[in-house]
Amino acid sequence: MSAPSSGGASRDGYGKALLRLSDDPRVVVLEADLGKSTKSCHFREKFPERTISLGIAEQNMMLVAAGMASSGKVPFASTFAIFTERAFEQVRNGIARPGLKVHICGSHGGIHTGTDGSSAQSIEDLSIYRSIPKMTVIHPCDDLSAEELTVQLLDVQGPSYMRTARNKVPRMYDEGSKMGLSIGVGSVLEEGGDVAIFACGVMVERARNASAKLAKEGIDCTVVDMHTIKPLDIELLSKLAERCGCFVSAEDHSVIGGLGGAISEWLSTNKPIPLEMVGVRDRFGESGGTSELMEEVGLTSEAICQAARNSINRKNSS
Amino acid sequence: MKRTLKTINSPTPEFYFVGDAAQDRIAELEEMARQCRIDIVKMTHAARAGHPGGSLSAIDCMVALYGTSLRFDTSNPNWDDRDRFVMSKGHASPAMYALLHQMGVLEESDLMGFRTLGSVCQGHVDMNWTDGVDFSAGSLGMGLSFGLGCALSARMDSSERRIWVMLGDGETQEGQIWEAVMAANYHNAKNLRVIIDRNRIQNDDFMGVQMEIGDIGAKFESFGWSVREVDGHNMAELVETLRWTETSDLGPIAIIANTTKGRGVSFMEDNPEFHGKAPDDEQLAIALEELS
Repeated sequence: MSAPSSGGASRDGYGKALLRLSDDPRVVVLEADLGKSTKSCHFREKFPERTISLGIAEQNMMLVAAGMASSGKVPFASTFAIFTERAFEQVRNGIARPGLKVHICGSHGGIHTGTDGSSAQSIEDLSIYRSIPKMTVIHPCDDLSAEELTVQLLDVQGPSYMRTARNKVPRMYDEGSKMGLSIGVGSVLEEGGDVAIFACGVMVERARNASAKLAKEGIDCTVVDMHTIKPLDIELLSKLAERCGCFVSAEDHSVIGGLGGAISEWLSTNKPIPLEMVGVRDRFGESGGTSELMEEVGLTSEAICQAARNSINRKNSS
Repeated sequence: MKRTLKTINSPTPEFYFVGDAAQDRIAELEEMARQCRIDIVKMTHAARAGHPGGSLSAIDCMVALYGTSLRFDTSNPNWDDRDRFVMSKGHASPAMYALLHQMGVLEESDLMGFRTLGSVCQGHVDMNWTDGVDFSAGSLGMGLSFGLGCALSARMDSSERRIWVMLGDGETQEGQIWEAVMAANYHNAKNLRVIIDRNRIQNDDFMGVQMEIGDIGAKFESFGWSVREVDGHNMAELVETLRWTETSDLGPIAIIANTTKGRGVSFMEDNPEFHGKAPDDEQLAIALEELS
């Protein structure tokens, strides 16, 4: 895999994907005043007649989307990740329960969002949407993968939640490699036999950096971009559990119920091997610059390195 | 006797309101509502659960709508271009099922399975379980937004279909209702029509005790809606009001139907206790006698 090139924020990829999806006349876009932030604004500029502004009223937006889906449209509704949570029960009862094909995008997810402070830093969205039956839950790591995975949502038969991030990050994919992505299939970026690191979102870059550092210590890592948290790629988990014998999860999200939670649920009931989780340790964030905040809450490549060493030690001592 | 309508109603419902034919039609609708009331008390009794009070208050409005102006094909209840009926006060499911039985969509055995495992008659109306149900309700405050989504889609499709939403008056305490009221006017959703079942009772008690919202009609009007108040148990008045909704140059429409909770069964009328309580054997016998 080539070195990451400097790139874009996953929310930019979402915006581009909506334009690509515009060829399908069923596609409609719903906004709750934050289209400039979620990047649905690009669709609005080109297709105002298919863009519905709902104002600062997320609960209404979710059910308007449901009504449109029941009438044959394919709605893409977006706001900040944290504000989708305000309408959690609307998503649960109004969209997912009847199995309506509504695609929700929550942008500005995670601590990475930075200076806005803890009210804007959703660290529980992946967990709460993962707990809803029939939901597909996706968290891409860069703009190119976000674009590709959003386009693929058109073929998902049911509701979905995609978390995107605010800030630009180095690209993990290029125009060619993004074509290998598929919803529900973990993307193996590096292959090594000592430990498997499963990361999502902005933590994928940190996982790759950790892998490079660990290589110097003689530790060979498998690094997976686990962009789909649900359905979980258990075939890949099973294969890598055999090959590596210990795991690390890394996410800009609470360690409760997100990617790490999902992996640990599967491991504990199927293949109990060591798992070390890198994530937010049951606390809220605060204002600050992105990198200093990520360091403050322990979302660094060094934290992943340490988790990998711990996981390997546990494997070797068992 | 079950009366089965097999027609798709006309978008311009003039035919039923002319001369003697209109009188006959009103009598026919009143009889249909009576049959529905009998089924409402029977099915809640059979289930030993359910919400008879709000079903009995809403049923006349629903019969008037389905019997005269809702474009609904009983032989194809999932017809794409049908008018939508969004039963937002989904706990009044017995009213919906009783009506669908009258329309020939549900069998009597379906009604008697109400609330049992695997039944097409779920506790709250559910579009995935019952043909002819357009919305999965159960959590109050969501149906008007859903109806707005249906209305905007109809307009995008250049379809003439209208969207009807049945709200409870207690339900208007939910903030999401007013998000939708605002948005419907902003988006000029003239094909969206709301009936508010103004029975003045909610789960725990009278609204005046729990949370009185005041003049609902004035609130809708202030958001740009066209509003009419009607006696929600007067079939002729209801039919006339439905004809008024065909007037041009109205905004989104709200009909405030003044009703009595538990209407038609003396001990349930205006009685908060029968919001969510089924009649027992003795009460069923009295109710059926009163409705006969």
